[in-house]
Amino acid sequence: MERQFSDLEKRLLDGCQRDFPLHPRPFAVIAERFGVTEETVIDTLAELQAAGIVGRIGAVLEPHTAGYSTLAAMQVPAPLLPQIAAFVSAHPEVTHNYEREHRLNLWFVIAAPSRARVAAVIADIEYRTGLAVLDLPLLEAFHLDLGFPLQWN
Amino acid sequence: MILDAIDRALIAATQEGLPFRPRPYAAIAERIGIPETEVRRRLGRMLECGIIRRIGAVPNHYRLGYRANGMSVWDVADEETDRLGREIGALPFVSHCYRRPRHPPDWPYNLFAMVHGRDRAEVESKVAEIARLLGEAARGYEILYSLRILKKTGLRTRFAGEKTSCSA
Repeated sequence: MERQFSDLEKRLLDGCQRDFPLHPRPFAVIAERFGVTEETVIDTLAELQAAGIVGRIGAVLEPHTAGYSTLAAMQVPAPLLPQIAAFVSAHPEVTHNYEREHRLNLWFVIAAPSRARVAAVIADIEYRTGLAVLDLPLLEAFHLDLGFPLQWN
Repeated sequence: MILDAIDRALIAATQEGLPFRPRPYAAIAERIGIPETEVRRRLGRMLECGIIRRIGAVPNHYRLGYRANGMSVWDVADEETDRLGREIGALPFVSHCYRRPRHPPDWPYNLFAMVHGRDRAEVESKVAEIARLLGEAARGYEILYSLRILKKTGLRTRFAGEKTSCSA
């Protein structure tokens, strides 16, 4: 069943994806904007996070300025997928890992301080699994990344 | 702008998320041993020069009811990719849009656009909009739906102190 969101939750989810105030008391600034108390804002956001709806409030980085990353894909035989996916995820440099419905069924992001470190992780995965890793680093980003517009029905 | 060790410590600290406390920047300042005003000044500077794209809540699309996540991948004529990539990146339903290298013959696609929908039908109608926008420039495409999220974390990076340049 889908969770129902209160008006305040919706407004916080829509309004807090960008321009989080760089003010000593940012939650108080947001509270004033929405006409509620600072405590209510903090409690509501903490609750949304505990429910897994908000991952975190933090900085979204421009790729390749504070490190290097790539998107990698592998074609893994179905019976080996759980084991190989777990092996890939166990690398601390792997930040995201998805199973996708495609011949190339394992897709993951590798992020590290340097390009050499990313290459070393790919080499390790290829060596230990005996499977080829398709290396698809971003060449250019076109989206504005202003957050995700939510449609409330 | 060159990031120093404090900027890097600050980036690492904010990747884990700001604490839900009345003075979150003060809490981070205490953790990395600099004044609270310095935390806000440095974050503002990194925002200004584009190292930080935005500071805010990172929602979990899946938990918000966007159960279908389709990575659409397109084989677009090279000379058209920049212009069309910008148009697709500006569509409100595209959360990420990147140019990436082709690996022919296995992987002919050079443009990636991430589309979220409540179900696959919604993703497909949005992908059809992208197809209309690309027109003849698209020689082929596929949608790769995610079946399972196996790992998803913020960036956990141990910075080695390499230099980063910023033109702003």
